[in-house]
This record gives sequence, structure tokens and C-alpha cells, in this order.
Amino acid sequence: MSILILAEHDGKQLKQSTRQAVTAAAVWQLPIHILVAAEHADVVAKEAASISNVARVIKVEAAHFSHPLAEDVSAVLIKLAPEYKVILGGHTALSKSVLPRVAALLDVAMLSDVIQITAPATYVRPIYAGNIFATVESSDSTQVLTVRGTSFEVAADGGNAEIIRIEAPAANTTTRWIKEEKNVSDRPELASAHVVISGGRSLGEQFNSLLDPIAHKLNAAVGATRACVDAGFAPNDIQVGQTGTVVAPELYIAVGISGAMQHIAGIKDSKVIVAINHDPDAPIFKYADYGLVADLFKALPELNAALN
Amino acid sequence: MKVLVAVKHVLDYNIMPRIKQDGSDVDITGNKMGINPFDEIAVEEAVRLKERGIVKEIIAVSIGAENSKDTLRHALAMGADRAVLIQTDAALQPLGVAKLLKAIVEKEQPDLILLGKQAIDDDSGQTGQMLSALLGTGQSTFASAINIKDGEIEVTREVDTGNETVSIKLPAVVTSDLRLNEPRFLKLPNLMMAKKKPIETIVASELGIDFSPRLKQTKVAEPPVRKPGVLVASVAELVEKLRIEKVLP
Repeated sequence: MSILILAEHDGKQLKQSTRQAVTAAAVWQLPIHILVAAEHADVVAKEAASISNVARVIKVEAAHFSHPLAEDVSAVLIKLAPEYKVILGGHTALSKSVLPRVAALLDVAMLSDVIQITAPATYVRPIYAGNIFATVESSDSTQVLTVRGTSFEVAADGGNAEIIRIEAPAANTTTRWIKEEKNVSDRPELASAHVVISGGRSLGEQFNSLLDPIAHKLNAAVGATRACVDAGFAPNDIQVGQTGTVVAPELYIAVGISGAMQHIAGIKDSKVIVAINHDPDAPIFKYADYGLVADLFKALPELNAALN
Repeated sequence: MKVLVAVKHVLDYNIMPRIKQDGSDVDITGNKMGINPFDEIAVEEAVRLKERGIVKEIIAVSIGAENSKDTLRHALAMGADRAVLIQTDAALQPLGVAKLLKAIVEKEQPDLILLGKQAIDDDSGQTGQMLSALLGTGQSTFASAINIKDGEIEVTREVDTGNETVSIKLPAVVTSDLRLNEPRFLKLPNLMMAKKKPIETIVASELGIDFSPRLKQTKVAEPPVRKPGVLVASVAELVEKLRIEKVLP
């Protein structure tokens, strides 16, 4: 028996979450296979094959995988499932949509957002917005799970896996892809950046003009609170928190963020947390390693200048 | 058309969960409970569809103990027409819930099934997808906008890179994200009216479905606490500290 990882990619490159899933999978000490479903899978499959500790890459190519739908990706996984002891993916929009379908069709339980695998069927996962960690055991014949990327190292290159190709099942007839609106940014990806600077609603229209220069100097990803996104000052894909992206950078700078529970849940694995807020009673100061009580409209230009 | 909305009765989102003394589980006894916020958004969406004349009937369904009726009453006060409680005191996990919901869907034959994208207690985020797979319908998770026309539902979903729009043939399962809508404030007359609306009770164990838990929770614990932080007096001091920590590139 082996382990199957659902690759996350953009058609050109693997997402870091796939490499983190490889690290998580090592606990079983079984051969690790990676499934690449794409319209054209060659480039991504080659990258996957070069990851250390990966034994096989399975390519499945079809036009309908240019924008993969949960119905179609789960059909591939179900076809492959009898060969596998474990099926896992990162805790990403794709895997979160696909893997519960797979678990239900296999009639097994699923474990979401696993942060620790202590034995081959014992998991730790956050519940209640990360306020509690639950230890859970599964006795199902197939283990299906998503793993939180920030809890596992990024697997490095150094492998030379075989690449095989399988036929794609026919496209589903219930759901079709219409369009996507990608938010393009030249900043590092939020989930994998070493530095993240996030702003709250109080930055208002000056969100970008205040944060971007500092993010540029620190090679940081830019994040935002839910309130800031709801107010239309930042796009939804940069929302940091339990309901957005969970981050764990070396340095997290929270600007004008009061520290709602769901935001804290998404940042508390950061190595160093800095909070800048004019309100000395803001809950974020309880979690910050360094707090600065200041008017952010003065403090941010000062910080930008100090980083020269 | 007919919409079924699944709602879960959970610990109120403002309450910090406590751990039982033996560390076996979270202790929710005596705490304020309420409708799962993501499910509340799903109910709101159904009610708006009804207000726009697209939906004729809304059925709210909950699975759990007798007190889940409070959450069903909440859904009825928001505008659901009737409610079904699948009653059980047993521990529930997403796969079992999906199987029980499937039985109700087969009985009620709704055109659309709405659920929250996850429950704020176990944070699994699996039930909608599992239900869709078991029913063989299309699914869309993390919905931030929906539009129904010509027997299909067009859903804008929040994904990691931005937004994606898909179209699904009805019947379909859709799970709501935060930005789908802002649930309405409940007015007293509506609460009073909700008391008169019917809640049907079905005993879960009589459905002949195996919904027993598959996962065994052996322990719960609080996450490790961060060491207390320090306040700095100026930006200059902050930058100096961060240089000492070697976290500035």
C-alpha cells in the first residue's frame, strides 16, 4: 500500500502546499505517490518527480482539468483509491472541496486541517477556531486528510520518481466552470512568505499606499482582516485568519488590527508578531511579541523610512 | 422551487470554549448556544431567494439533541417555512450527518440544498461536499454570490487565488462563505410567529442509517501559549528589536 497526494498547482508550478503534504506523508513510511491532474501535466509532473522521497507521479490529462472541479478530481481519486492506504492534500480550496467527496464515496471519515500526525492514524487538529487542539484516532481502512501547510516543512528536491500516465474519467455533467477572476500580485504568496504585513479597516483608502512600500522593502506578502476585505479596501484572497489564509511567517506585522479571535487563529504560529495600533486595549497586544501604541498614519511612514 | 437548509446548533461564537477536567472534550454545559454563523448565512440566502420570488418553500433541518430546536426556531424566525429535527443525543461526525441529511433530501426532494461551509465547533468543513457526493449532485463550496436561472445555479466561489464562477444543474449542494450576505436581525414579531411554525421530529435511530462516529477523540488541550510580549516606545526601538531577533531581511 502507498500514499497518494493530490497535487496543487497552477498548470506551471506546484504550490508549496504539495511539498508540505509530502513532509506530512513521511510519517507512514510508505511509498509516496503524487497525482497531477492538469490539461497539460508534463512540467508540473517533472517538478513533482524531483521532490525528495516521492516514489511515483501519476499524470492525468484532460481539457476539463484546466480548471479542475471537485466532481472531476474526486472521480480520479476514487478510481485510484483501492491502491492506497492514505489520500491527502494541503488544506487548500481544491483539496477542501475534493477530499470530503472522496471520503464519503469510500465510506470513511475525513480529517481536516491536520497540524500534527503523532502516529500513523493519530492526528492533532484545531477545533473552535484554533482555541482547542483535539487529538483524534481513525480506524478507517483508508485515511483521508488535509494538512495545514504551515505545520509541516517544505519538502526539498532530490528525488527522481517514475512518471506514469492514466486515462481521465469523462467530465461530469452537473457542474461546469464559467470563469475566474485571479488577483494578480507580484508579492510573495501569503501562505509561504517569510514576512507578512497585514492591515485592518482603519487603513481605509490608504491600504495599499501605506503597506506596499514596506512590503516591498521586506519582501513581504500583504494581508488584510476580514473587516478590511468586507469594506472593499482589500481583495478577499488576502484575508488572513481562520476563515481566510492561515499564515506562520518568521515575522507578522499587524497594523491597525484589533485582534478578533478568527484573525488570531490564523496568525498564532508566526515566529514573531508585531502589533501597531492606536488603541492600547486592543486584544492583539496580548498576542504580540512587540507592541507599539501609535497612530498608524504616522508610524507606517516612519517604519518605511527606518527600513532604508 | 424548494430549498433545504441544514443548520447546526453550536456553542455561541462569542464564548471561549472550556475543556472538561479530564481533558476528554470541550465542556459546553450551561453555555449559550446558537445557530452556526455560516448556516445562518445559508438561511438568509434562502430567505432572500424566497423574497425575490424564486423560492416557494424553505425547510430548515437540524440534527442533534432536543435543544437544536432553538436553532430551528431561529431559522423559522428568519423566514424558513417549516423545520425538521432529526433527533439524537449521540455524537455526530460529518459523514454520519451527511448520511442522515441524504435521507431527508430524498424524502423532501428539494431543488437546492444550502449549508454553511463549516461549523464553528469542529471546523471540519466536510458535510456539504459529503452530502453532494452521496446524492450524486453537483457541488459548490465557499459561495460568495449565487444566481439561479434556467434550472441551473451560478455560484461565485472564494478560492485561494481570487474568485471562480461555476454553474451547476439543479438539484445542487452549495455551501456559504462569509461574504454571501449579512444575516438579518431577528425582530420580536418574527420570533413570536416562529413559535407557531411546525417543527417535525424524526428519531434518528429509526431511520435505519449507520451514523455512528468513525473518529475517536482521545484528548483535547489548549494550544501552547505564547510568551508575553513587550511594548516598545517608538518605531526606532521596534526596528532595533526586530534586528536583534534577526527577522528583518
